[in-house]
Amino acid sequence: VKRKKLLDKFTLDVLLNRLSCELIENHFDFQNSILIGLQPRGIFVLNKLVDKLKKKHFVPNLKYGKLDTTFFRDDFRSKRQPLKASFSDINFDIENKHVVLIDDVLYTGRSIRAALIAIESYGRPLKIELLTLINRRYKRHLPIQPDYIGLNVDTLQNDRVNVNLHKSNLEDAVYILKDDNEANFS
Amino acid sequence: MKQISVNNLLGVKYLSKDDINLIFETADSFKEILNRKIKKVPTLTGITVANLFFENSTRTKLSFELAEKRLSADVINFSRTGSSISKGETLIDTVNNILAMKVDIIIIRHPSPGAAEFLSRNTNSCIINAGDGTHEHPTQGLLDTYSINEKLGTLDNKRILILGDILHSRVALSNIFALKILGAKIKVCGPKSLIPKFINNLDVKYEPNLENGLAWCDAVNILRVQNERMNETFFPSLREYHNLYGIKLSSINNLRKEILILHPGPVNRGVEITSEVLDSKKTIVLDQVENGVAIRMAVLYLLASKIRDINNPN
Repeated sequence: VKRKKLLDKFTLDVLLNRLSCELIENHFDFQNSILIGLQPRGIFVLNKLVDKLKKKHFVPNLKYGKLDTTFFRDDFRSKRQPLKASFSDINFDIENKHVVLIDDVLYTGRSIRAALIAIESYGRPLKIELLTLINRRYKRHLPIQPDYIGLNVDTLQNDRVNVNLHKSNLEDAVYILKDDNEANFS
Repeated sequence: MKQISVNNLLGVKYLSKDDINLIFETADSFKEILNRKIKKVPTLTGITVANLFFENSTRTKLSFELAEKRLSADVINFSRTGSSISKGETLIDTVNNILAMKVDIIIIRHPSPGAAEFLSRNTNSCIINAGDGTHEHPTQGLLDTYSINEKLGTLDNKRILILGDILHSRVALSNIFALKILGAKIKVCGPKSLIPKFINNLDVKYEPNLENGLAWCDAVNILRVQNERMNETFFPSLREYHNLYGIKLSSINNLRKEILILHPGPVNRGVEITSEVLDSKKTIVLDQVENGVAIRMAVLYLLASKIRDINNPN
């Protein structure tokens, strides 16, 4: 497997800052808006954004939570092993609110489909938007498109995109992993 | 993620420590779902579950049915009364007829020990034992240990007293297996006539005195006196039983510590426990019922994920 760095710490920071500015542009003071990170890795993106919004842009009373979609997925029983469930943590009413779903990589769109159903368990939001750090273009299995995009990338089926935002011993970065026989970075 | 090692849940005896921990972790996730506004997930859509109850049940049956419905499974119910059992149909024929209706999972409660195991050998469906005679009641054993674990934080080296009619209790056996696997120390307490002869072989000690037992333990699981399974006299009178082995408010207040009090239900008020204690919020009986649904959802989820493996081994 060959690894190529897609984003380094600095560009990632610039990009997260731009995404938080875009959120402010559309949600202003976040009075009626809620940020929801998707378990497990959307949480790391959520945490970075919350950090930016609070510390850099001084947004007060920001509401945010976590959503686990394991039991709503459509690939239960088609995988060799059951998916490990994590926790949802949404302690407020989302009825008639603007919800922004946040994930690290948007690929087939299937986890977003699961999230769209899962979020209904907490009420009926007025509007749901989607923010993704990495958008793997042309790979969707479902008609789902993001509203906020960190970076568009064109990838092959077998490629993997790794977002490192949470490991304290590693530098924040985004990598693209390719099989050896396909590795042909240009 | 690890998978559960068994294809059927016939007893706690067949589970490993990893299995039990996996069930507990999965139950944690389901417990959170049960506190949502909409308490339902679509995970078992398309899976049909049959609840076969050849013996009376309130809690277990409702709990299983609720767990199945919360997971979006299709549910059919069968109970002995009003069925063709009274016309002389055998267990295997009844079940084969139900299986011909394409059922994926069978929950079975039966008065004969080994009924669930018998079914698992003779059918291809996934079998979950919901109590077979005086043998095992695995989901109850799991939910009791889950409830204790939840309150005490761990079971390792914790001291658990199982009190009452151990001889006729399937709950006792499932509890003992689960507690042992998780590293707890166990004593049983009750009239000697209601203690199985070879209980020592399970590495469980017998404590004849309730007071000493309560002083020793961190949690006490009180079992019901199973009058319906007793066809001879095991103790002189219920009054004497209550005097010697009933949990009273005074026996709890005399302890210089807090202990957890569990009861799997149904309760004989005034026999194994007084109404005072039961209604005093000193017991975690209702937590057990709540946890029961989460544990059963976890078991259904983990076993259902293996159904495909049984049908096509690739």
